[in-house]
Formats: sequence, structure tokens, C-alpha cells
Amino acid sequence: MTGLYYALMVALALGAYFLVRARAAALANGQTLHSRPNYHGLLAAAQVILPMILIHFAGSVLAARFVEQQALAAMDPALLTDELRRGAAFREIREFAIGRGAANATQALQAGAAMYAYLSALTNWAVLGLGLAVGIAMALFSLRSISSEFRARNRFERVVRYLLMACATVAVITTIGIVFSVLFETFRFFQKVSPIDFLFGTHWSPQTAIRADQVGSSGSFGMVPLLVGTLLISTIAILVAGPIGLFAAIYMAEYASPKFRAWAKPILEILAGIPTVVLGFFAALTVAPMIREVGTALGLGVASESALAAGLVMGIMIVPFVSSLSDDVITAVPQSLRDGSYGMGATRSETITKVVLPAALPGIVSAFMLAISRAVGETMIVVMAAGLAANLSFNPLDAVTTFTVQIKTILVGDQEFDSAKTLAAFALGFVLFFFTLTLNVIALAIVRKYREQYD
Amino acid sequence: MSFASPMIQEPASVPEPAVAAKVAARHVNVHYGEKHALKDVSVDIPARAVTSFIGPSGCGKSTFLRCINRMNDTIPICRVTGEITIDGKDIYDPRLDVVLLRARVGMVFQKPNPFPKSIYENVAYGPRLHGMAKNKTELDEIVVNSLKRASLFEEVKDRLNDPGTGLSGGQQQRLCIARAIAVSPEVILMDEPCSALDPIATAKIEELIDELRSNFTIVIVTHSMQQAARVSQRTAFFHLGSLVEEGSTEQIFTNPKDKRTQDYITGRFG
Repeated sequence: MTGLYYALMVALALGAYFLVRARAAALANGQTLHSRPNYHGLLAAAQVILPMILIHFAGSVLAARFVEQQALAAMDPALLTDELRRGAAFREIREFAIGRGAANATQALQAGAAMYAYLSALTNWAVLGLGLAVGIAMALFSLRSISSEFRARNRFERVVRYLLMACATVAVITTIGIVFSVLFETFRFFQKVSPIDFLFGTHWSPQTAIRADQVGSSGSFGMVPLLVGTLLISTIAILVAGPIGLFAAIYMAEYASPKFRAWAKPILEILAGIPTVVLGFFAALTVAPMIREVGTALGLGVASESALAAGLVMGIMIVPFVSSLSDDVITAVPQSLRDGSYGMGATRSETITKVVLPAALPGIVSAFMLAISRAVGETMIVVMAAGLAANLSFNPLDAVTTFTVQIKTILVGDQEFDSAKTLAAFALGFVLFFFTLTLNVIALAIVRKYREQYD
Repeated sequence: MSFASPMIQEPASVPEPAVAAKVAARHVNVHYGEKHALKDVSVDIPARAVTSFIGPSGCGKSTFLRCINRMNDTIPICRVTGEITIDGKDIYDPRLDVVLLRARVGMVFQKPNPFPKSIYENVAYGPRLHGMAKNKTELDEIVVNSLKRASLFEEVKDRLNDPGTGLSGGQQQRLCIARAIAVSPEVILMDEPCSALDPIATAKIEELIDELRSNFTIVIVTHSMQQAARVSQRTAFFHLGSLVEEGSTEQIFTNPKDKRTQDYITGRFG
């Protein structure tokens, strides 16, 4: 039904477009139009499409609600005491109506199903009819409004502007919605666990007792070990990716021959395309054992899952971010600045360190910040290579855990939604979000500060 | 004005060493890949005078200018043959360090290109690079002197730590000149230094060029024939990659020997 509705809509819109355009063109023969015929046609098509989409959405939602109400009216009210039961009953009715229900249906179920089938067909046709009527009306309205002074061009521009605004609004509202949903759950968590314990506690063990007589499951929600783990791994990652990425970018932008650049850059970009889960098992199965062997040979105690392994591989993961973005900003430094420096008798490396890099600094800083944000939010590699043990340790050879790993661990599998354990994931998510937001704000501030000087 | 001279396409003859040549070029050819951009140019550039290169766009005058401090080295496909000497020493000698050459032969570009640093740092760039100042006092002195010689000091003395990019176009170009003279070069090459400037800023730069001539050998590429006539003592006319005619500015503008020079300066093409 939806397919038919939209097929008809497209046909109607196309019809309106061509008809109105032809009419306007015919009118243009005698006199000068304010807007070219094409704009009249586009406006007509938009005037058909937008109301029809609106009617379909609103109509479908209202109809679904009405149908559910009517179908459930046939059922025994005693069985429909709460939202969950109503939902279950309605699902049963629907299953039965499309022929997948149980054979031993009660009288009431059959009646409900019949009502459901009848009403949904009816409402579907009603929506279709209404939509078509409005569409045709709008097309006729467009036809009638053609005149030499009619400002179809400006009106169409306005329609486009509202469309763009709607898209921007969707993006913004989604962000706000996510932030608030996380925020509310975080508040619920703080009703169970004190914020002081959460923010400054040094012990993380998110087990709450499911039965009253359970032992050893008191639950302890101090996030400091996770913060330290996250910072430790991210620091290792940026220590790896910073120099490698930046120096690779400098080589690519300043020294490499065009030929080398032509094949090396795509390869670097392939690295950015490797799924993190693949990097994760590379970390867990290749890098971590290697570090362990080397560490053992040196007489160091290395956990088989270590912050170092996760950090190294995560560093490799973010190398393309640093190098690709830095390469872009270095290449964007105008040649005239380089010429000026060469003309003063500077060597290539003097030119790079004294002129090109300072000029490219804001871009390089934001590349680093973006890479750090990625590292902080990365999950798969740490899950596989860094372990789950919430040790409060600054030693990169220990197993540590991060915000992302704990969120994933808490929310995977069955869970009670109102326990402190589950809600802790939201609190962690909120802290993580706050963390990356702060990084981005700092990056923006740095870029803005230096852009004033270096442009 | 002058009598039409025969249109002969023979290579420009080697000029007689009438003037004390600072820079001497003999049979210089430049190729950009397949393109033969500069054809057998031989010319003497006298010391402590302004020599201007004129000619229509794409005639090779900038290319030749960039040969004198080997800026063409930064372009991979560019190939230079022939001989260019400064004070009798071949600058394309493989034993010569191009970095030291460029310290002796400064350059000012078409578009003002101050570094994204403070005014002070812009001028101090070269002296720092070449270790010309032993301490901060000496460096300060070099910076102030260079700015004074570039007639910029009075305008910027209160804001030496402001970014050089915040100056006006004409001031930026004078900053670039100050930057170039801070390393005490012997030769200053100017590649259309006024083409991005308004008439008032241009007049200031021209005045400055005239003052600098007592200390430096200046070579200027310009599209403006009035500018060449105003600032230079010698003029060379390039056309289609060849040096057509070279002589005293007065002679070139009043009594050109070659028909093409005459056509160009009377505005018949270019």
C-alpha cells in the first residue's frame, strides 16, 4: 500500500511538473515571465510531494492507533490491564489476522482479528484517497497560479530553504535527544549511587546482587580505574600515532616524489578502512603475545592482555587520521611562503620547521584532537587486547579497562534495566561524551586562537 | 622615432664588457620539460644599478630572474644549461651551496609573502638562519636597520610583535624587502614587486628601489614600462624566450635598435 501511495505520488508530481512547465512556457511566448517555466514546474512538484508525504505520515500514525484501539475493544478488558498486556494482545490479533495465529483462537480473538483486518484496509484506502485528493488539488492549484508575475522562483527557493533547515534540525535534535536520554539515565544512576563515589571512587566492580542472599556482589562504581585505563591507552596511542602520522605527512607533502605519493597515499587510506575488529584480533593474537614474549625475555612481568598492546594497535589505527589531515593542511600552505623561505637561503628542512609547520599548526592540532577523540571512543581493540580487569594502574604492561569496554560489557547480554549496574553504562557514556566534547572544544579553541595569527 | 632594423633571429650577441658586470650570463637555456622557455640568453648585469627585464607575459623574463638565485631548482622538471657567474664565479658549479648563493642573492616576489609570524620574526628570519647575529642586541639592530632601509620602520616601530600578515599590501611588500636585505645580500631580485599594489604603494616601493641601488645590485622584472623607465638604469627586453635587446634604459626607450622592442614599447603588442 505504501509502495502504491508513493508511486502515485511520484507520478502525480511528475505530471504536475511537466504540465505546469508546459503551461508556463506557453504563457512565456506572449510575455515575459517573472520566473522561468522550469521554476513553475519545480514549485508545482514540491507542492504536490510535500503535503502528500505529510498526509501519509500523519495518517498512518493516527490510523494505526485507531485500529489498535478498535481491535482491542473486542478482547476481554480484564486481560488488558497494563501497557505490556495490551501490546501482547494486539500482537496476537495481528498475527492471527495475517494467518500466522494459533488454530485454537478464541471467539474474542477472531472478532478482534476481523475488526483489525477490516479497519486497516479501510484506513489504508482512506489515507490513499485523502493523499491523492490533496495531491490533485495542489496540482490544480499550481496550474491556476501560473501568471507572468507569479514568483515561482522565489517560492521554490523558499521551499528548498525550509527543506535544508528541516535536515539541519533533524541532525541537531537527534544530538540533543541522545544527550538528554543519556543525561536522564545518568540522573537515575546517581539516585542509586552517589556521584562522589562514582567520580572519585577507585574501585570498579559493577556487580549488584540479584538475590538477597548472594555473596560478594555489593557493587562498587568508582570510575577512576576506567579513566586511568582510558587515558593510559589513549596516551600510548597518540604517542605512537602522533610522530608516525605527522612525520609521514611531512614526508608525503614535502619530500615524496609524485609517483611515490600516488601509491603510498591510497595505501595509508586503506589502513583507515580496516575494521577495528580486525585490528582488535591483530592486537590480541599477534601484538599482545609478542609484547609478552619480549617482556618475559627482558625479565618483566607482562600480562597477556596489556594496555601497551591495545595502545600500540590503536595508535596504528589512528595514524591515517593524523597523517591524512596533516598532509592536507601542510599541502594547503601556500607555495609562496616556501618560495619566500627558499629565497632567503633556507634549506628544505629549515623551511618546513620554521615556516610550513607553524603555518599549518592549527590544522595539525585539530588533526591530533580528532585522532584522540577516536582513540578515546574506540571499543573493539580494547575489548580484545586490553582486558576487562579494572586495575588502577599506570603501568602499560598491566591489563586495564576503559569506559567503552565497560559500557559494552554491562549492556551485552540480559540485564535488568533499573539496576545500578545497567544504569552505570549511561553514566559512563555521559562521562565519555563529556570527555570527547571537551577535547573538541579545546581543539576548536586552539584552532581559532592560532588562525588569527596564521592566516 | 627610430629606423626599422632588420628582423634577424640570430642568437643575441655576447655583449661587450663595457660595464662592471656583477652578474654575467652566457648562453643560458631553460627547459620546462619539453618546453624551451629561455633561449640562449647572454647578458651582463652591472653592480649597484637597477636593471629591469621587460617583455610580454610568458616571454621568459621571470624564468631568467629565477635562474640567478637558482630558484628554478625547486621545480623538478626544470633544466638549466649555460653559464651564470656572480663576480666571475659560476653559480651552477656543483661545489657551490645553493643555500649560500640565495643568501647572497635575495628575492622579492610578485605577491607579498610575509611569513605567518610577527613583523620582527619576519625580518629576523634570515639573520637567524645564517647565524648573523651573536646576541639579541645585534639581532635587534639588524632588524631595525633593515626595516629603516626598507622605509617601513616608522610605520611599524610600535607593533613589531604584531603579525606581518596584518599589514597592508604595500607594507607587506616593504616587509618582504626588509626581510631580503636583512641578510645583506649583494643582489636583490624582484619579480614584479608592485603588480599586486595600488599606485601609492607602488610609488613608495619605486622610491625605495632607487634608494637601495646605492648598496645593492637590483634586478627587477616588470610589466609596467613606465616603471622600468622610472627606476632602472639598464633595461633588457625579452620576447618569446629570447633576449631581444639590452642597453641603457634611455637608449631602449628612446632609440631601440630592434623593431620588436620598438613595437613593444610603443604598445603595439604585449
